Amino acid sequence: MTDQIVVVQHLSRVFGLRVALADVSLGIGPGLVYGLVGENGAGKTTLIKHLLGLLRAESGSVRVFGADPVADPVAVLGRIGYLSEERDLPDWMRLGELIRYSAAFYPKWDDVFALELLDMFELSVAQKVRTLSRGQRARAALLVAIAHRPDLLLLDEPSSGLDPGARQDILAAIVRTVADEGRTVLFSSHLLHEVQRVADRVAILHRGRLILESSLDELLSRHHLLTIRFPSARPSPPAIEGALSWTGEAAEWACLCNGELEELKRAAELAGAIIVEQRAPTLEEVFLSRTRRSASERGSI
Amino acid sequence: MQLRISDRDGIPIYAQLVRQIKLQIASGRLRVGDQLPSVRKLAEQLLVNPNTVARAYRELESEGVVSSRQGAGVFVAEDASPLARREQNRILLDRIDMLLAEARHMKVDVDAVIKLVRQRAETTQESRND
Repeated sequence: MTDQIVVVQHLSRVFGLRVALADVSLGIGPGLVYGLVGENGAGKTTLIKHLLGLLRAESGSVRVFGADPVADPVAVLGRIGYLSEERDLPDWMRLGELIRYSAAFYPKWDDVFALELLDMFELSVAQKVRTLSRGQRARAALLVAIAHRPDLLLLDEPSSGLDPGARQDILAAIVRTVADEGRTVLFSSHLLHEVQRVADRVAILHRGRLILESSLDELLSRHHLLTIRFPSARPSPPAIEGALSWTGEAAEWACLCNGELEELKRAAELAGAIIVEQRAPTLEEVFLSRTRRSASERGSI
Repeated sequence: MQLRISDRDGIPIYAQLVRQIKLQIASGRLRVGDQLPSVRKLAEQLLVNPNTVARAYRELESEGVVSSRQGAGVFVAEDASPLARREQNRILLDRIDMLLAEARHMKVDVDAVIKLVRQRAETTQESRND
């Protein structure tokens, strides 16, 4: 575990009566892109704030680069690039000032790279933060997050509310960070097709609990979407071990299931069905099948 | 080398890359000795994880489709074509299996399917010649 970049053990957090994190344990190895997914309020931001030392672990422990981010912020924060959903930047600064200000904070700040990024993002040193569009603001915040070539890049909903061009720049920054000497990225997102595109590993948080943690390839290859047909209509789907969610009616039903494909097919055939279609589900489909049932219990979507 | 990644189904991206590169070799768009882009370049071009591209290249190398020369890069291997053609056949067989299963459900026999395939090939050929 010592060469892990991030180690979270049995982390729990309660805000008033609301459980924000419940016994979350995970480790993030070096050189990986780690995708954190979950609904609003699932605990993603709370988890990221613990890694930054913005919240103290009340129960359980958090280690980043082997250090406690609350007790030893210098050892941790100088090596992290962070981009929040709010993209907090000082409004009164010009971008040139923002770059100088940020350079003073990070010992490994790379001025050449910062100017390269500025150029790539079609920004200029004279622009004031206050006057930036939403996409420009996100790019400026991204520049600050990556121009010191951080060992760990933390992105909290980096793409939310952005146009496709700005989202591409963020994905490109993730790809480049990992391609460069195997640095590590943790990002949370609602855009599951983007997570599916760049993540090595995925963690699904649901109401503060880690309900699934796996390599993305394994997750995708362990889940199957089967459409099956019965000789006659039936009021409900059959009981098949590994079935996570069903849709359909009458004679035709579709099931998202978890397990060995051949076993699942045999179980469907034993139940008297024929398989009419089979494909690999997307991360979004897996996510919904894992979280939807409890969502309907809550009476919301 | 132009590749397309689909996020509309859950086929892992490394598998999509492996398949598309083999198809490009089978169809002659990539030739023996051609150099593939570096891992980093392809990852940045497609906006996918570099580890995924590296895995696709490793897979292709272990199957003998590409060979990597230390420091020089990754190249289409000498005997890549027959391997790639086998892959091409496998993909066609998958599609044929699907077609035959559909036909069975609709109670259309194999001879009728073959006749339809031939008719279809002729009409699409004609419209291409127009």
